[in-house]
Amino acid sequence: MPTLPNQEEKVTLDTFLRGLWEENPVFVMLLGMCPVLAVTNSVRNALAMGLATTFVLLASGTLVSLLRKLIPKQVRIAAYIVIIATFVTIVDYTIQAISLDLYNALGAFIQLIVVNCIILGRAEAYASKQRLGATLVNGLGMGIGFTFALLCLGAVRELLGNGTLLGLQVFSDQFQPWVVMILPPGGFFVLGAWLLLFAWLRQRRERRLLEQQGASVHGR
Amino acid sequence: MAADSLTFIFLNAAVINNFVLALFLGICPFLGVSAKKQTAWNMGLATTFVMLVSSTCAFGINWLLTWLDIQFLRLICYIAVIASAVQLVEMVMKKFSPALFRALGIYLPLITTNCAILGLALFQTFREYNFLQSLAFSLGAGVGFTLALMLMAGLREKLELAEVPSVSQGAALSLMLAGLLSLAFMGFAGLGGSHA
Repeated sequence: MPTLPNQEEKVTLDTFLRGLWEENPVFVMLLGMCPVLAVTNSVRNALAMGLATTFVLLASGTLVSLLRKLIPKQVRIAAYIVIIATFVTIVDYTIQAISLDLYNALGAFIQLIVVNCIILGRAEAYASKQRLGATLVNGLGMGIGFTFALLCLGAVRELLGNGTLLGLQVFSDQFQPWVVMILPPGGFFVLGAWLLLFAWLRQRRERRLLEQQGASVHGR
Repeated sequence: MAADSLTFIFLNAAVINNFVLALFLGICPFLGVSAKKQTAWNMGLATTFVMLVSSTCAFGINWLLTWLDIQFLRLICYIAVIASAVQLVEMVMKKFSPALFRALGIYLPLITTNCAILGLALFQTFREYNFLQSLAFSLGAGVGFTLALMLMAGLREKLELAEVPSVSQGAALSLMLAGLLSLAFMGFAGLGGSHA
């Protein structure tokens, strides 16, 4: 984290954008992998999970940030967990009320948002030290970054595994679905492939930078 | 095998619906501490132990909450109990077996945020297991977790000496390996229904 402890950050565009790309919780920081792999077998599930997590991230961030001077340091983690668990319970009952289908598809993973390390990590590393405004902007960026990552996986897995996108037929009837993609191994493979792609892009950018500086490129 | 027999519940949690490779629970420690076989083994043991303790606690709490008719507090109670169970285990272990305590080190407190533990407590509640079934389920889940961790650690120790392209070093390669392991574990699906 670039922010020093107890130093309040000014809200800039970077506060928001950081979560989207540079510190993307999934692709860069590799946090919260369990829901990323488990619920991305279709775009709809991925979107619902992303939105639910974003809501919990924002709501718990708000409370933690407002209470940051009241919570004693020794019991802060326990306090954060209780706050997070409260909002997750709200989300759980809300989703159950809106769509039972979706609720059954996501299964225990809605309740497991409690132990998603992105949320506790944000509470501990950011919300507990920053003003409400900065926390909300940063949390929104992280939430959208997380949703974006889920959609990246969900789109590929649903397209290849089912031949559809958001339930709409994309390929013709001739297409033989790769069933393995919507099964557990597919989650690992697709996430691995995305990470490979991003690592390749990063290396290419570094190499270009080096070439521009006229340095010799050995070994890489 | 009857679906509610203890053997089936144990096998189901350990291999057919392996917590890590089929249900994606506990991926963080799976990727984080699977670099060496020794640490993987210690982590597996500690997790299994906490699973047993928290599964027992969760069983009691669920009974109490159902009796008081306040099930909406279940999630908050579970996570609080798991956190304190981990703390308790840590203190007891420090007192009675300092050697084991040192061997586990930082992994012990980190188990609190392992979603396999909370997932276990939630699953056993959804499926309305009785006490013995809960114990078999948590033991199976622990064995399955340790098995997955050990397999991964063995593979990664071999891979350290292999030459791989620089782009695929690190997480990407681990995920591909996990995918292959998961593919292999799908073979167990024939042992019983794929019901999660």
